[in-house]
Amino acid sequence: MIVRISNEGQFRLDDGLYARLNELDDAAVRAVEAGDEDAFHAAFEELLQVVRTEGEELEDEDLDASDVILPPSDLSFVEAGEEFTGDGLIPEAA
Amino acid sequence: MPGMGGRMSTVIKAKISRLLDRAEDPGETLDYSYQKQLESLQNVKKGIADVVTAKKRLQMQSQKLEQSVVKLDTQARQALSAGNEDLARIALERKNVAQTELQSLDQQVAELEQQQEKLTESEQKLRTKIETFRTKKEVIKAQYSAAEAQVRISEAATGVGEQMADVGLAMQRAVDKTEQMRARADAVSELEAAGTFDDLTALGPGQDDIDRQLHELSSSSQVDDELAKMRAELGQGSAGADDAKQLEEGQGS
Repeated sequence: MIVRISNEGQFRLDDGLYARLNELDDAAVRAVEAGDEDAFHAAFEELLQVVRTEGEELEDEDLDASDVILPPSDLSFVEAGEEFTGDGLIPEAA
Repeated sequence: MPGMGGRMSTVIKAKISRLLDRAEDPGETLDYSYQKQLESLQNVKKGIADVVTAKKRLQMQSQKLEQSVVKLDTQARQALSAGNEDLARIALERKNVAQTELQSLDQQVAELEQQQEKLTESEQKLRTKIETFRTKKEVIKAQYSAAEAQVRISEAATGVGEQMADVGLAMQRAVDKTEQMRARADAVSELEAAGTFDDLTALGPGQDDIDRQLHELSSSSQVDDELAKMRAELGQGSAGADDAKQLEEGQGS
């Protein structure tokens, strides 16, 4: 699968990592909902780190679309809150 | 592969898709699609230039505030050595406000700088992808039937569109940041226009109101501390002519 970290780049990852990414993604959102800033940063940074270390970065010339798009690494806790609990909330897709 | 089940990535993907819809219509004919990509790239360049301009303006404002801090500090010392503690306190209160504004401005300039870097990197990636798209499009057109070429080129255009949306997101964040900063900068400009950081010796009538507001804005404990420190530096008590003269000589160097 191809994962994009917004404003950073695209990475090709083994499909087997899907469950782990999913788990960390959920943990980040749970932390936002619980108002736990430290837990949010821990989960979010680990998520990005898994993508960067386990994935292989695509060349700029690559025109493949991403399967997964993650927020930019400097996303603040406040922004995350607006994104996931405020007006910006999008219903979960199937 | 369907999108990942995790909600964070789902939300961001939806957001990117919305930007994508605005940036690119996949139904466009092939050559027109490339034209639109180039136009978008031009808009991105213009956007980056606007961010840089906003940043420069704030940096200039920050420099002016730095000068005000130095000037007000000097005036506080002069006032104190001349035995005018009230005036020294007013100068320090103003310095306090100017310093707080300065710190906030500098921090925001640094944050904007980071966002500008990301924006520029994303723009470079977009430029590379558009160039690749142009070459690839010609190769595909030469190798496949019109219908098949349409499908393959649309796929490639999606990759370009995603990068375009990524630049759009970076741009949106940089613009949000400059707008926040503009609000802050306007507030500082108002204080400046009201003469807040002006030469205290030029204080005219009608300044009482400003000083009352400043008194509320600045931290009195910090002003007290600074006043005490300054008093110690100037030598306790006697605010004679010698002290004032020394001070003036000191400034000359």
